[in-house]
Amino acid sequence: MNTTRTDRRHAGYAAFIAHRLSGVLLALFLPLHFLTLGLALDGAQALDSFLAFSELPWVKLSEWTLVVLLCVHLSFGLRVLALEFLPWRGARKSWLGWGAGLAAAAGLLFMIAVR
Amino acid sequence: MSDMRAENGHLRVSIWRGKSEGCFVDYQVPARANQTVLDVVTWVQRHREPSLAYRFACRVGVCGSCAMTVNGRPRWTCRTHVGKVARDGRLRIEPLRNLPRIKDLACDMAPFFDKWQRAGGRFKGTATRKAPMPRLDPSSPQRRAADAAIECINCAVCYSACDTVAWNPDYLGPAALNRAWSLVNDVRHGEQDAIVAAAAGAGGCHACHSHGSCVEYCPVELEPTASIAGLKRRTLRGLLTGGDT
Amino acid sequence: METRLFVLQRASALLLAPLVIVHLGMILYAVRGGLTAGEILSRTQGSIGWGAFYGLFVLAASLHAPIGVRNVLREWTAWRGRSLDTAMLILALALAATGLRAVWAVIA
Repeated sequence: MNTTRTDRRHAGYAAFIAHRLSGVLLALFLPLHFLTLGLALDGAQALDSFLAFSELPWVKLSEWTLVVLLCVHLSFGLRVLALEFLPWRGARKSWLGWGAGLAAAAGLLFMIAVR
Repeated sequence: MSDMRAENGHLRVSIWRGKSEGCFVDYQVPARANQTVLDVVTWVQRHREPSLAYRFACRVGVCGSCAMTVNGRPRWTCRTHVGKVARDGRLRIEPLRNLPRIKDLACDMAPFFDKWQRAGGRFKGTATRKAPMPRLDPSSPQRRAADAAIECINCAVCYSACDTVAWNPDYLGPAALNRAWSLVNDVRHGEQDAIVAAAAGAGGCHACHSHGSCVEYCPVELEPTASIAGLKRRTLRGLLTGGDT
Repeated sequence: METRLFVLQRASALLLAPLVIVHLGMILYAVRGGLTAGEILSRTQGSIGWGAFYGLFVLAASLHAPIGVRNVLREWTAWRGRSLDTAMLILALALAATGLRAVWAVIA
Protein backbone atom coordinates (compact mmCIF):
# COMPACT_ATOMS: atom_id res chain seq x y z
CA MET A 1 0.00 0.00 0.00
CA ASN A 2 2.72 2.41 0.89
CA THR A 3 4.27 3.61 -2.36
CA THR A 4 4.64 7.13 -1.01
CA ARG A 5 8.17 8.44 -1.27
CA THR A 6 8.25 10.42 1.93
CA ASP A 7 10.37 13.53 2.20
CA ARG A 8 12.09 13.15 5.55
CA ARG A 9 14.49 16.00 5.51
CA HIS A 10 14.14 17.57 8.90
CA ALA A 11 16.46 17.73 11.87
CA GLY A 12 14.43 15.57 14.22
CA TYR A 13 14.53 12.68 11.80
CA ALA A 14 18.29 12.95 11.34
CA ALA A 15 18.74 12.96 15.10
CA PHE A 16 16.61 9.84 15.40
CA ILE A 17 18.49 7.98 12.66
CA ALA A 18 21.88 8.87 14.11
CA HIS A 19 20.71 7.73 17.54
CA ARG A 20 19.23 4.46 16.28
CA LEU A 21 22.10 3.46 13.98
CA SER A 22 24.76 4.27 16.55
CA GLY A 23 22.79 2.24 19.10
CA VAL A 24 22.54 -0.81 16.84
CA LEU A 25 26.25 -0.70 16.03
CA LEU A 26 27.13 -0.33 19.68
CA ALA A 27 24.90 -3.27 20.57
CA LEU A 28 26.78 -5.36 18.02
CA PHE A 29 30.14 -4.21 19.37
CA LEU A 30 29.46 -4.71 23.06
CA PRO A 31 29.70 -8.53 23.17
CA LEU A 32 33.03 -8.38 21.33
CA HIS A 33 34.29 -5.87 23.84
CA PHE A 34 33.29 -8.07 26.78
CA LEU A 35 34.83 -11.17 25.24
CA THR A 36 38.11 -9.36 24.59
CA LEU A 37 38.37 -8.26 28.17
CA GLY A 38 37.55 -11.80 29.23
CA LEU A 39 40.85 -12.73 27.62
CA ALA A 40 42.46 -11.21 30.67
CA LEU A 41 41.23 -14.29 32.45
CA ASP A 42 43.79 -16.25 30.51
CA GLY A 43 46.44 -14.00 31.83
CA ALA A 44 47.90 -10.79 30.67
CA GLN A 45 49.72 -12.43 27.80
CA ALA A 46 46.60 -13.39 25.93
CA LEU A 47 45.28 -9.85 26.33
CA ASP A 48 48.63 -8.36 25.30
CA SER A 49 48.78 -10.33 22.10
CA PHE A 50 45.34 -8.96 21.34
CA LEU A 51 46.40 -5.46 22.24
CA ALA A 52 49.38 -5.69 19.90
CA PHE A 53 46.73 -6.58 17.36
CA SER A 54 44.93 -3.46 18.42
CA GLU A 55 47.84 -1.33 17.24
CA LEU A 56 46.97 -2.23 13.66
CA PRO A 57 45.60 0.77 11.72
CA TRP A 58 42.24 -0.72 10.83
CA VAL A 59 41.71 -1.82 14.40
CA LYS A 60 42.56 1.68 15.60
CA LEU A 61 40.04 3.00 13.08
CA SER A 62 37.32 0.73 14.43
CA GLU A 63 38.13 1.79 17.99
CA TRP A 64 37.87 5.39 16.95
CA THR A 65 34.56 4.64 15.20
CA LEU A 66 33.22 3.11 18.38
CA VAL A 67 34.16 6.14 20.42
CA VAL A 68 32.40 8.27 17.79
CA LEU A 69 29.31 6.07 18.01
CA LEU A 70 29.24 6.35 21.77
CA CYS A 71 29.51 10.12 21.60
CA VAL A 72 26.70 10.37 19.03
CA HIS A 73 24.42 7.96 20.87
CA LEU A 74 24.92 9.72 24.19
CA SER A 75 24.26 13.19 22.74
CA PHE A 76 21.08 12.27 20.88
CA GLY A 77 19.96 10.13 23.80
CA LEU A 78 20.18 13.17 26.05
CA ARG A 79 18.05 15.01 23.46
CA VAL A 80 15.33 12.35 23.81
CA LEU A 81 15.45 12.54 27.60
CA ALA A 82 15.17 16.32 27.43
CA LEU A 83 12.18 16.15 25.06
CA GLU A 84 10.43 13.67 27.31
CA PHE A 85 11.11 15.10 30.74
CA LEU A 86 11.93 18.79 30.45
CA PRO A 87 9.40 21.46 29.51
CA TRP A 88 9.87 22.76 25.97
CA ARG A 89 7.70 24.50 23.42
CA GLY A 90 8.16 25.70 19.88
CA ALA A 91 11.66 26.58 18.82
CA ARG A 92 13.25 24.88 21.80
CA LYS A 93 12.67 21.53 20.20
CA SER A 94 15.08 22.33 17.38
CA TRP A 95 17.50 23.92 19.83
CA LEU A 96 17.65 20.56 21.59
CA GLY A 97 18.39 18.79 18.32
CA TRP A 98 21.11 21.19 17.25
CA GLY A 99 22.47 21.31 20.77
CA ALA A 100 22.82 17.54 20.76
CA GLY A 101 24.55 17.66 17.40
CA LEU A 102 26.98 20.28 18.65
CA ALA A 103 27.63 18.28 21.81
CA ALA A 104 28.47 15.23 19.72
CA ALA A 105 30.76 17.29 17.49
CA ALA A 106 32.45 18.91 20.49
CA GLY A 107 33.01 15.53 22.09
CA LEU A 108 34.58 14.22 18.92
CA LEU A 109 36.85 17.23 18.49
CA PHE A 110 37.97 16.90 22.06
CA MET A 111 38.84 13.28 21.52
CA ILE A 112 40.76 13.98 18.34
CA ALA A 113 42.71 16.72 20.10
CA VAL A 114 43.61 14.53 23.03
CA ARG A 115 44.51 11.46 21.03
CA MET B 1 12.35 30.36 -5.32
CA SER B 2 11.84 27.60 -7.83
CA ASP B 3 10.92 28.34 -11.39
CA MET B 4 7.41 27.05 -11.62
CA ARG B 5 7.08 27.29 -15.33
CA ALA B 6 8.27 24.03 -16.82
CA GLU B 7 7.60 24.34 -20.52
CA ASN B 8 5.17 26.66 -22.28
CA GLY B 9 3.94 27.98 -18.92
CA HIS B 10 2.78 24.54 -17.80
CA LEU B 11 3.33 22.46 -14.69
CA ARG B 12 4.17 18.77 -14.98
CA VAL B 13 1.89 17.06 -12.50
CA SER B 14 1.95 13.35 -11.58
CA ILE B 15 -1.19 12.18 -9.85
CA TRP B 16 -1.84 8.78 -8.32
CA ARG B 17 -4.69 6.92 -10.04
CA GLY B 18 -6.04 3.71 -8.59
CA LYS B 19 -6.27 2.21 -5.12
CA SER B 20 -3.41 0.36 -3.50
CA GLU B 21 -2.63 -0.91 -6.99
CA GLY B 22 -2.35 1.78 -9.56
CA CYS B 23 0.12 4.17 -11.06
CA PHE B 24 1.02 7.80 -11.46
CA VAL B 25 -0.47 9.54 -14.47
CA ASP B 26 1.11 12.71 -15.82
CA TYR B 27 -0.78 15.86 -16.77
CA GLN B 28 0.25 19.23 -18.15
CA VAL B 29 -1.52 21.92 -16.13
CA PRO B 30 -1.43 25.63 -17.03
CA ALA B 31 0.68 27.51 -14.50
CA ARG B 32 -0.85 30.63 -13.00
CA ALA B 33 0.62 33.37 -10.86
CA ASN B 34 -1.45 32.42 -7.83
CA GLN B 35 -2.27 28.79 -7.67
CA THR B 36 -2.65 26.23 -4.92
CA VAL B 37 -2.17 22.50 -5.30
CA LEU B 38 -5.93 22.12 -4.80
CA ASP B 39 -6.45 24.44 -7.78
CA VAL B 40 -4.21 22.15 -9.79
CA VAL B 41 -6.10 18.99 -8.80
CA THR B 42 -9.43 20.70 -9.51
CA TRP B 43 -8.23 21.82 -12.95
CA VAL B 44 -7.21 18.25 -13.81
CA GLN B 45 -10.57 16.87 -12.74
CA ARG B 46 -12.51 19.50 -14.67
CA HIS B 47 -10.49 19.59 -17.87
CA ARG B 48 -8.64 16.30 -18.20
CA GLU B 49 -9.90 13.56 -15.90
CA PRO B 50 -13.57 13.70 -14.87
CA SER B 51 -13.24 10.44 -12.93
CA LEU B 52 -10.47 11.72 -10.66
CA ALA B 53 -11.50 11.25 -7.03
CA TYR B 54 -10.32 13.72 -4.38
CA ARG B 55 -11.62 15.41 -1.23
CA PHE B 56 -12.00 19.04 -0.29
CA ALA B 57 -14.57 21.18 1.47
CA CYS B 58 -13.85 24.68 2.71
CA ARG B 59 -10.86 25.33 0.38
CA VAL B 60 -9.69 28.07 2.76
CA GLY B 61 -7.58 26.16 5.28
CA VAL B 62 -10.11 25.53 8.04
CA CYS B 63 -11.48 22.01 7.60
CA GLY B 64 -8.46 19.82 6.80
CA SER B 65 -10.36 17.71 4.22
CA CYS B 66 -7.98 18.39 1.34
CA ALA B 67 -4.90 16.84 2.96
CA MET B 68 -2.74 14.91 0.49
CA THR B 69 0.91 14.05 0.02
CA VAL B 70 2.59 16.65 -2.17
CA ASN B 71 6.16 15.97 -3.30
CA GLY B 72 6.54 13.56 -0.40
CA ARG B 73 5.11 15.83 2.29
CA PRO B 74 1.63 15.65 3.85
CA ARG B 75 -0.07 19.03 3.46
CA TRP B 76 -3.38 20.83 3.12
CA THR B 77 -3.49 21.31 -0.62
CA CYS B 78 -5.70 24.41 -0.40
CA ARG B 79 -3.00 26.10 1.67
CA THR B 80 -0.07 24.94 -0.44
CA HIS B 81 0.98 27.51 -2.96
CA VAL B 82 2.43 25.77 -6.02
CA GLY B 83 5.39 28.14 -6.10
CA LYS B 84 6.44 26.97 -2.65
CA VAL B 85 6.62 23.27 -3.44
CA ALA B 86 7.03 22.75 -7.17
CA ARG B 87 10.66 22.17 -8.01
CA ASP B 88 11.24 22.91 -11.66
CA GLY B 89 7.52 23.08 -12.16
CA ARG B 90 6.95 19.46 -11.13
CA LEU B 91 4.35 18.19 -8.72
CA ARG B 92 3.81 14.68 -7.45
CA ILE B 93 0.45 14.27 -5.75
CA GLU B 94 -0.73 11.15 -3.95
CA PRO B 95 -3.06 10.30 -1.07
CA LEU B 96 -2.04 10.56 2.58
CA ARG B 97 0.39 7.90 3.74
CA ASN B 98 -0.49 5.26 6.35
CA LEU B 99 -4.18 5.07 5.42
CA PRO B 100 -5.92 2.60 3.09
CA ARG B 101 -6.69 4.02 -0.35
CA ILE B 102 -10.27 4.25 -1.59
CA LYS B 103 -9.69 5.76 -4.99
CA ASP B 104 -7.06 8.07 -6.44
CA LEU B 105 -6.45 10.82 -3.89
CA ALA B 106 -9.13 9.80 -1.41
CA CYS B 107 -8.10 7.63 1.51
CA ASP B 108 -10.11 5.82 4.17
CA MET B 109 -10.04 7.77 7.43
CA ALA B 110 -11.71 4.99 9.44
CA PRO B 111 -8.51 3.52 10.93
CA PHE B 112 -7.47 7.01 12.01
CA PHE B 113 -10.72 7.54 13.88
CA ASP B 114 -10.72 4.02 15.30
CA LYS B 115 -7.40 4.74 16.94
CA TRP B 116 -8.74 8.07 18.16
CA GLN B 117 -11.48 6.20 19.96
CA ARG B 118 -9.12 3.52 21.26
CA ALA B 119 -6.87 6.14 22.77
CA GLY B 120 -9.86 7.30 24.85
CA GLY B 121 -10.70 10.38 22.81
CA ARG B 122 -14.40 10.34 23.56
CA PHE B 123 -15.36 12.80 26.29
CA LYS B 124 -17.32 11.38 29.19
CA GLY B 125 -18.92 13.98 31.42
CA THR B 126 -19.43 13.43 35.12
CA ALA B 127 -21.93 16.16 35.89
CA THR B 128 -25.69 16.17 35.34
CA ARG B 129 -27.77 19.01 33.92
CA LYS B 130 -28.71 19.97 37.44
CA ALA B 131 -25.13 20.65 38.46
CA PRO B 132 -23.84 24.22 38.26
CA MET B 133 -21.52 25.15 35.40
CA PRO B 134 -17.98 24.13 36.29
CA ARG B 135 -15.58 27.02 36.78
CA LEU B 136 -12.36 26.27 34.97
CA ASP B 137 -9.38 28.49 35.47
CA PRO B 138 -7.82 29.02 32.02
CA SER B 139 -4.44 29.72 33.55
CA SER B 140 -4.19 26.51 35.55
CA PRO B 141 -1.36 24.25 34.37
CA GLN B 142 -3.80 21.51 33.43
CA ARG B 143 -6.03 23.83 31.41
CA ARG B 144 -3.00 25.33 29.66
CA ALA B 145 -1.81 21.84 28.74
CA ALA B 146 -5.25 20.95 27.40
CA ASP B 147 -5.60 24.23 25.50
CA ALA B 148 -2.22 23.75 23.82
CA ALA B 149 -3.49 20.51 22.31
CA ILE B 150 -7.13 21.26 21.71
CA GLU B 151 -7.19 22.91 18.29
CA CYS B 152 -6.77 19.62 16.42
CA ILE B 153 -9.28 19.18 13.59
CA ASN B 154 -8.30 15.58 12.83
CA CYS B 155 -6.97 16.15 9.35
CA ALA B 156 -4.53 13.19 9.64
CA VAL B 157 -1.51 15.09 8.33
CA CYS B 158 0.46 14.17 11.47
CA TYR B 159 -0.67 10.57 11.22
CA SER B 160 0.63 10.46 7.67
CA ALA B 161 3.87 12.18 8.55
CA CYS B 162 4.61 9.76 11.37
CA ASP B 163 7.17 7.05 10.57
CA THR B 164 6.30 5.15 13.72
CA VAL B 165 2.73 4.80 12.48
CA ALA B 166 4.17 3.37 9.26
CA TRP B 167 6.48 0.97 11.10
CA ASN B 168 4.25 -0.10 14.00
CA PRO B 169 0.65 -1.05 13.08
CA ASP B 170 -0.40 -0.95 16.76
CA TYR B 171 0.71 2.64 17.28
CA LEU B 172 -2.24 4.89 18.04
CA GLY B 173 -0.53 7.85 16.43
CA PRO B 174 0.09 11.52 17.21
CA ALA B 175 -3.45 12.86 16.75
CA ALA B 176 -5.12 10.23 18.91
CA LEU B 177 -2.55 10.62 21.68
CA ASN B 178 -2.64 14.40 21.44
CA ARG B 179 -6.41 14.24 21.91
CA ALA B 180 -5.98 11.84 24.82
CA TRP B 181 -3.59 14.30 26.46
CA SER B 182 -6.10 17.13 26.13
CA LEU B 183 -8.72 14.97 27.89
CA VAL B 184 -6.40 13.73 30.60
CA ASN B 185 -5.94 17.40 31.49
CA ASP B 186 -9.65 18.11 31.39
CA VAL B 187 -10.88 18.03 34.97
CA ARG B 188 -14.46 17.41 33.79
CA HIS B 189 -13.57 14.18 32.03
CA GLY B 190 -14.66 11.05 33.87
CA GLU B 191 -12.45 8.38 32.29
CA GLN B 192 -8.89 9.44 32.94
CA ASP B 193 -7.87 5.90 33.88
CA ALA B 194 -8.94 4.51 30.54
CA ILE B 195 -6.74 7.07 28.81
CA VAL B 196 -3.72 6.28 30.93
CA ALA B 197 -4.29 2.57 30.36
CA ALA B 198 -4.47 3.02 26.58
CA ALA B 199 -1.41 5.28 26.59
CA ALA B 200 0.52 2.75 28.66
CA GLY B 201 -0.32 -0.25 26.53
CA ALA B 202 1.05 -1.63 23.30
CA GLY B 203 0.88 1.03 20.60
CA GLY B 204 0.64 3.73 23.22
CA CYS B 205 2.75 6.76 23.94
CA HIS B 206 5.95 4.79 24.59
CA ALA B 207 6.20 3.87 20.94
CA CYS B 208 6.93 7.50 20.08
CA HIS B 209 10.61 8.23 19.40
CA SER B 210 10.27 12.02 19.23
CA HIS B 211 11.26 12.43 15.58
CA GLY B 212 8.85 15.32 15.63
CA SER B 213 7.53 14.92 12.08
CA CYS B 214 4.06 15.56 13.50
CA VAL B 215 5.19 18.92 14.87
CA GLU B 216 7.01 19.69 11.65
CA TYR B 217 3.91 19.21 9.48
CA CYS B 218 0.89 20.09 11.64
CA PRO B 219 -0.93 22.83 9.76
CA VAL B 220 -2.38 24.18 13.01
CA GLU B 221 1.10 24.26 14.62
CA LEU B 222 0.25 21.81 17.37
CA GLU B 223 2.94 19.75 19.10
CA PRO B 224 1.83 16.15 19.50
CA THR B 225 5.38 15.22 20.51
CA ALA B 226 4.95 17.38 23.60
CA SER B 227 1.53 15.93 24.36
CA ILE B 228 2.92 12.43 24.03
CA ALA B 229 5.82 13.30 26.32
CA GLY B 230 3.21 14.46 28.82
CA LEU B 231 1.45 11.12 28.52
CA LYS B 232 4.76 9.30 29.07
CA ARG B 233 5.25 11.19 32.32
CA ARG B 234 1.64 10.51 33.27
CA THR B 235 2.03 6.76 32.76
CA LEU B 236 5.08 6.80 35.02
CA ARG B 237 2.91 8.29 37.71
CA GLY B 238 0.38 5.55 37.07
CA LEU B 239 3.08 2.93 37.47
CA LEU B 240 4.27 4.38 40.76
CA THR B 241 0.80 4.62 42.25
CA GLY B 242 0.04 1.02 41.35
CA GLY B 243 -2.27 -0.22 38.68
CA ASP B 244 -1.57 -2.78 36.02
CA THR B 245 0.23 -1.07 33.19
CA MET C 1 4.77 -3.98 30.06
CA GLU C 2 5.55 -1.15 27.65
CA THR C 3 5.59 1.30 30.55
CA ARG C 4 7.96 -0.87 32.55
CA LEU C 5 10.33 -1.28 29.59
CA PHE C 6 10.17 2.46 29.01
CA VAL C 7 11.08 3.16 32.63
CA LEU C 8 13.96 0.66 32.58
CA GLN C 9 15.22 2.10 29.32
CA ARG C 10 15.17 5.72 30.47
CA ALA C 11 16.50 4.92 33.96
CA SER C 12 19.39 2.88 32.57
CA ALA C 13 20.10 5.74 30.15
CA LEU C 14 20.31 8.25 32.98
CA LEU C 15 22.69 5.93 34.80
CA LEU C 16 24.80 5.23 31.70
CA ALA C 17 25.32 8.89 30.79
CA PRO C 18 27.79 9.74 33.58
CA LEU C 19 29.35 6.25 33.46
CA VAL C 20 30.04 6.64 29.73
CA ILE C 21 31.61 10.04 30.23
CA VAL C 22 33.91 8.68 32.93
CA HIS C 23 34.75 5.66 30.78
CA LEU C 24 35.61 7.81 27.74
CA GLY C 25 37.73 10.03 29.92
CA MET C 26 39.55 6.98 31.31
CA ILE C 27 40.26 5.62 27.83
CA LEU C 28 41.68 8.91 26.61
CA TYR C 29 43.90 9.09 29.66
CA ALA C 30 44.95 5.46 29.51
CA VAL C 31 45.93 5.26 25.84
CA ARG C 32 48.61 7.88 26.15
CA GLY C 33 51.88 6.30 25.19
CA GLY C 34 50.34 3.05 24.05
CA LEU C 35 48.25 0.53 25.90
CA THR C 36 49.38 -2.78 27.35
CA ALA C 37 47.42 -5.38 29.25
CA GLY C 38 49.77 -4.95 32.15
CA GLU C 39 48.88 -1.26 32.42
CA ILE C 40 45.15 -1.94 32.36
CA LEU C 41 45.36 -4.70 34.92
CA SER C 42 47.64 -2.82 37.28
CA ARG C 43 44.90 -0.21 37.50
CA THR C 44 42.00 -2.58 37.92
CA GLN C 45 43.24 -5.60 39.77
CA GLY C 46 42.09 -5.81 43.37
CA SER C 47 40.06 -2.65 43.00
CA ILE C 48 36.60 -2.84 44.54
CA GLY C 49 35.93 0.64 43.20
CA TRP C 50 36.54 -0.26 39.57
CA GLY C 51 34.67 -3.52 40.12
CA ALA C 52 31.63 -1.65 41.34
CA PHE C 53 31.89 0.97 38.58
CA TYR C 54 32.16 -1.50 35.74
CA GLY C 55 29.71 -3.94 37.33
CA LEU C 56 27.10 -1.23 37.38
CA PHE C 57 28.04 -0.19 33.86
CA VAL C 58 27.57 -3.77 32.60
CA LEU C 59 24.20 -4.20 34.28
CA ALA C 60 22.88 -0.88 32.99
CA ALA C 61 24.08 -1.64 29.44
CA SER C 62 22.59 -5.15 29.63
CA LEU C 63 19.19 -3.58 30.31
CA HIS C 64 19.50 -0.67 27.91
CA ALA C 65 20.75 -2.38 24.76
CA PRO C 66 18.19 -5.21 24.43
CA ILE C 67 15.25 -2.88 25.05
CA GLY C 68 16.55 -0.62 22.29
CA VAL C 69 17.24 -3.50 19.94
CA ARG C 70 13.71 -4.81 20.59
CA ASN C 71 12.26 -1.51 19.33
CA VAL C 72 14.42 -1.59 16.22
CA LEU C 73 13.42 -5.16 15.39
CA ARG C 74 9.73 -4.56 16.02
CA GLU C 75 9.71 -1.54 13.74
CA TRP C 76 12.12 -2.48 10.99
CA THR C 77 11.54 -6.23 10.69
CA ALA C 78 8.49 -8.46 10.86
CA TRP C 79 9.62 -9.99 14.17
CA ARG C 80 7.43 -9.19 17.19
CA GLY C 81 5.57 -10.89 20.01
CA ARG C 82 6.61 -13.40 22.64
CA SER C 83 9.52 -14.92 20.73
CA LEU C 84 11.14 -11.54 20.26
CA ASP C 85 10.68 -10.65 23.93
CA THR C 86 12.24 -13.95 24.95
CA ALA C 87 15.15 -13.46 22.58
CA MET C 88 15.79 -10.00 24.02
CA LEU C 89 15.73 -11.40 27.53
CA ILE C 90 18.31 -13.97 26.50
CA LEU C 91 20.40 -11.20 24.96
CA ALA C 92 20.22 -9.24 28.21
CA LEU C 93 21.34 -12.26 30.23
CA ALA C 94 24.14 -13.01 27.77
CA LEU C 95 25.40 -9.44 27.91
CA ALA C 96 25.25 -9.42 31.70
CA ALA C 97 27.06 -12.75 31.93
CA THR C 98 29.87 -11.95 29.50
CA GLY C 99 30.15 -8.43 30.91
CA LEU C 100 30.40 -9.46 34.53
CA ARG C 101 32.89 -12.17 33.53
CA ALA C 102 34.99 -9.46 31.88
CA VAL C 103 34.76 -7.30 35.01
CA TRP C 104 35.87 -10.24 37.11
CA ALA C 105 38.68 -10.89 34.65
CA VAL C 106 40.17 -7.49 35.19
CA ILE C 107 39.71 -7.09 38.91
CA ALA C 108 40.58 -10.58 40.15
